Amino acid sequence: MANKIARVPAREQDPKVRATNFEEVCYGYNAEEAMLEASRCLHCKNPRCTAACPVNINIPDFIAGVLEGDFGKAADIIAQDSSLPSVCGRVCPQENQCEGSCILGIKGESVAIGKLERFVGDWSRENRPVQAVERQTNGHRVAILGSGPAGLACANDLAKLGYDVTIFEALHKAGGVLAYGIPEFRLPKDTVVQNEIDKIIAQGVKIETNVIAGRTVTIDSLLDEEGFEAVFVGTGAGLPKFMGIPGESLNGVFSANEFLTRNNLMKAFREDYLTPIRAGRKAIVVGGGNVAMDAARTALRLGAETTIVYRRTEVELPARKEEVHHAHEEGVQFAMLTNPVEILGDEKGWVRAVKCIRMELGEPDASGRRSPVEIPGSEFEIETDTVIMSLGTSPNPLIAKTTEGLETTRRGGLVADESGATTRPGVFAGGDAVTGAATVILAMGAGRKAAAAIDAYIKSL
Amino acid sequence: MYKIISKEMLTPNICKMEVEAPRLAAAAKPGQFLIVRADEKGERIPLTISDYDAAKGTVTIVTQAIGASSKDIVSYEVGESFQDVVGPLGIPSDFCEKTPEELASEHYVFIAGGVGTAPVYPQAKWLKEHGVKVDVILGARNKDLIIYREALEAACDHLYICTDDGSEGFKGVGTAMLEKLVNEGEKFTQVVAIGPMIMMKFATIMAAKLGLPITVSLNTLMVDGTGMCGACRVTVGGKTRFACVEGPEFDGHQVDFDEAMRRQAQYKPEEADANEHHVCKIGRGR
Repeated sequence: MANKIARVPAREQDPKVRATNFEEVCYGYNAEEAMLEASRCLHCKNPRCTAACPVNINIPDFIAGVLEGDFGKAADIIAQDSSLPSVCGRVCPQENQCEGSCILGIKGESVAIGKLERFVGDWSRENRPVQAVERQTNGHRVAILGSGPAGLACANDLAKLGYDVTIFEALHKAGGVLAYGIPEFRLPKDTVVQNEIDKIIAQGVKIETNVIAGRTVTIDSLLDEEGFEAVFVGTGAGLPKFMGIPGESLNGVFSANEFLTRNNLMKAFREDYLTPIRAGRKAIVVGGGNVAMDAARTALRLGAETTIVYRRTEVELPARKEEVHHAHEEGVQFAMLTNPVEILGDEKGWVRAVKCIRMELGEPDASGRRSPVEIPGSEFEIETDTVIMSLGTSPNPLIAKTTEGLETTRRGGLVADESGATTRPGVFAGGDAVTGAATVILAMGAGRKAAAAIDAYIKSL
Repeated sequence: MYKIISKEMLTPNICKMEVEAPRLAAAAKPGQFLIVRADEKGERIPLTISDYDAAKGTVTIVTQAIGASSKDIVSYEVGESFQDVVGPLGIPSDFCEKTPEELASEHYVFIAGGVGTAPVYPQAKWLKEHGVKVDVILGARNKDLIIYREALEAACDHLYICTDDGSEGFKGVGTAMLEKLVNEGEKFTQVVAIGPMIMMKFATIMAAKLGLPITVSLNTLMVDGTGMCGACRVTVGGKTRFACVEGPEFDGHQVDFDEAMRRQAQYKPEEADANEHHVCKIGRGR
């Protein structure tokens, strides 16, 4: 019988304190808290949470493991479907997935599935040292382009199936968006991310950094000259979008990608690292997704008075609820129903203000969201010296351009079927490189599906 | 990986290094660049590729020690290794795609300025090897700052030296030399300018005056160099372009140089600060 108590809160760093540091915001559950929260689960016969999980983790069973205090069992159950629980427990939009379909959420608060998953992932990291797996490979080589969530998940599954897997990463550090995109205060790099990568290396996967697919190597050179039998493209959606309004070339206008890469990958927030970063005195972040929240909270931590400018209302913000809540707590301002029309500069070419227009919500568009409409004559200026554009990203065209036979969609994503097969035999793709910017868990799911398809493809040769 | 095989100081602060990077060396073409990160805490510094040897598995870089990061790079000695070297990045020079018939009627002239002289070398060499007429105007402030003289002499038909103070060769800037040569009857078909942004701007103004097409290689700010950050965006022909993936070479006549120079100085205050407070790590931890 489930315990009818309120959802167990996860301990967090004080908002005032954390607004000045880059340490993790949420401390997560300890064993006692996790077991207490696990006692709230109804263990539904037809678990809607599992159905709503993009990789269908057996949620009631892993929670049962937590409840029994058998965290190893819980970890094993999650591991059947997910290779990145410490990451997903932290960054998945649970409110739209598992927790969003929890029965308890209809009348009250859902089970804190994300926090429980994180607890189990962290427990594994602390209690199960990474050990190299001794395995005879089956002699078939697979190349994976990109070491983000899609590539890591694909590599992990293929290694477990016995393949000889090499991941090629363009940057100097593995992890993709986990390394350059998501900030330290949400996803600690040296512990959480590094451990996930170490686990995959322990499966025998090789990672070669500083190799740019389409420049240093090509898909053809990997297949024809280096002896790989299949290639998985998990290169993400790396190209930042700008608004196309006047003034975007002024000094002090950055893409969220640049701002976050300087801070996260290059560790510009640390005195002892050389890469510079400029958050200014006042920063405006344009956009409403997780990346916008990350950029705003980073700018705030670097000392800027920070405002998020978004053209719809707070209800429509695509970011995870927890991130919006945390941003509010930390003191980020929200200017909703507001859209920039021009960035204004001073005589030396630096940003001095953003000219915005007020918006109102009109009729729902094709996606069901009410589309914002400008209110004529409502222009006004917000004084600022930094503007960070967080409007989403599109796939890098480099691979499609340098590989014969790979078709792309109108939006630049690689054409791939449900299994990840592209228009060229032996080449598979998944994650943001196919879908455009989406989530870690969807990319991971796509990587796993492609691993199964690559296995079937190589066996058919 | 990324071990320094040879090192030579070309001037008191310009350093030439040959670095092990086999994959990069095998893929590099004229006009492309690479990124060096000296150590774990270093910046990712874009540098034009000054030479490459696929057989040896090495690339050559030429660095001018000006900021904290470039000083770090220059402080490395033979036998030591950089943390990271990645590339080749950017699109190779236009001529790599041209047919021998197209190239046969061409007469290239390069204007090389300062440390930008080094990346002229693989381009001139490539053209000469492909039988294309190629001359180089090499500009420096004074004779002691001339680099790559012997290498370029061998890699082009005519090498013209210019110095600002007249201590060697033609007294004046490279663009003035270009004007002089054209007025004397040289029939160049393509100008390529590589050097400081201001030099490329004036070379472009001169090329316009002489009615010549000009290619410039833009050394913008960059972080990843793969199209991800957009720090390198430049306005070319009224459109925003990313120098890292759509360049670094562009039609000079289309480039908004004033904007590019302003954007290049975006982190100057922070860089000055880093330079002042930077603790030199020479010899530590490697």
